[in-house]
Amino acid sequence: MSSVTVFGLCAAAAVGLGLYGLITNPQPLRKIIAFNLLGSGVFLLFGIIGRRGAAAGFGNDPVPQALVITGVVVAFSATALAIALLLRLFQTAGSTTLRSGAPTGAGPDPSGD
Amino acid sequence: MSIATVFEIVLAAVVLGLAIWTIAVPETYSATVGFVAYGLLVALIWVRLDAVDVALTEAAIGGGLGGVLLLGAAARLRNADPTAVETPCKLVRLCAAALSSLIAAALVAAILLLPDPAPTLAPAAVAKAWATGLANPVTNVLMAFRAMDTMLEKVVLLLAIVGVWSLASDPAWGGRPGPRHEADPHGVLAFLARLLPSVGIVVGIYIFWTGADHPGGAFQGGAILASMWLLVVMAGLTDTPPVSSRRLRFILVAGPGLFLVVGIGGLCLGPAFLAYPLALAKPLILGIEVAMILTIAATLGLLLAGAPERSEQR
Amino acid sequence: MSLARDMMTIVAVSAGAFFFLAGTVGLLRFPNTLTRLHALTKADNLGLGLVVLGLLPQAGSLRGGLKLISIWLLGLLAGATVSQLIARTARQGGPAP
Repeated sequence: MSSVTVFGLCAAAAVGLGLYGLITNPQPLRKIIAFNLLGSGVFLLFGIIGRRGAAAGFGNDPVPQALVITGVVVAFSATALAIALLLRLFQTAGSTTLRSGAPTGAGPDPSGD
Repeated sequence: MSIATVFEIVLAAVVLGLAIWTIAVPETYSATVGFVAYGLLVALIWVRLDAVDVALTEAAIGGGLGGVLLLGAAARLRNADPTAVETPCKLVRLCAAALSSLIAAALVAAILLLPDPAPTLAPAAVAKAWATGLANPVTNVLMAFRAMDTMLEKVVLLLAIVGVWSLASDPAWGGRPGPRHEADPHGVLAFLARLLPSVGIVVGIYIFWTGADHPGGAFQGGAILASMWLLVVMAGLTDTPPVSSRRLRFILVAGPGLFLVVGIGGLCLGPAFLAYPLALAKPLILGIEVAMILTIAATLGLLLAGAPERSEQR
Repeated sequence: MSLARDMMTIVAVSAGAFFFLAGTVGLLRFPNTLTRLHALTKADNLGLGLVVLGLLPQAGSLRGGLKLISIWLLGLLAGATVSQLIARTARQGGPAP
């Protein structure tokens, strides 16, 4: 079994697990973590395909590597934005539920807006 | 079976176990800790895949800064009422499991059935490396061959920071992000925050500089600089700047701005957008990278600091 | 000469791996925060130190060796600081230590 196969199975499983957690977990922060897991699995798939494609003399294809580096930074900034939204929701509504008709617990925003 | 293969199987098994733990464990805080450990071990997988550039990025941004972000959010959401959310019914979960397994199986098939030899751009990227004078092919792709991606990614960072800032409540508009951190000025954290940045700044600049020829670059170096700044903020030695500060905003647009200027220069004076003149390729790339590392460090640090929470007057 | 170097590497890295194993077992099995920290710092200081010591003969150049030693020193600094902070938080108010 080559390293490509081993890590390929691992990456595919991470994508599947991330997708499952994204759909089924009701807490928004857990959804964000699951989404990151999914993303990390996709990045790994890029790396594995780059590894497969690297001809003799190259460890890994530099083009997918560069795409993944860009992707990691974009995923981080998306996560930061999602978490800022979540913290603001918690501050305003007093809970983090995403249901549309949910009763808000804490009443009006104490910081006033 | 060689020792390397055994190591890879064990590594993949541990990563997989952590992924399952992250999804399945009931407490959010444990899931977050599991995800941080997962991110650090994924960096080891990248090393095994001979992609050290990505491994550095994953360890610094995916595992390190991302971990701080998630842990901070989990700590602040600790008081959120967990009963306010309802888990989806069994049928939904079953369908989700079926869908996820189907997609995972399709990905496995895609990996195993790749044509041999698989398509690759590596020889083309290495053959043209003379044009820029940089020996690290990943930096070449990032800064020259696919410079458009990198420039637009800087714009994404800028949009993300604008998005985070616009979540401020009215009284805190334009104020300082995050809570003011108080720590014992003679304590161990303050000691570390005085000692470590002197080392960390050197390491960050070294990783940026060595990125021309060896694994490293502006992203990894910028992440280290950002973490040093955050350490000083967390130790209470300095405060986050108000987001209305003009100097701060200039640093934030310096990277994409210079990139855009060079790109338009290539369009007006040369053959195409972002076409570097051959003689000036290396100094131009270096200049853009210097502006970029400042922008990346400031943006990553401010993304972690979050939305403005305190008005400037106080 | 090469055999002696390799032997030293094998012995030191194995000893370091043993300390990491012992530290991890302690982290999982010990009853409270302070004892767990004790186990963890053993793994950090001795384990990492021995692994670095074992890798030094293989470093090849003086620069590589200095980099390895600075990794160990940074690990020591971070480990000592973080365990101080965790211990202090555990003593003040946190869940019973």
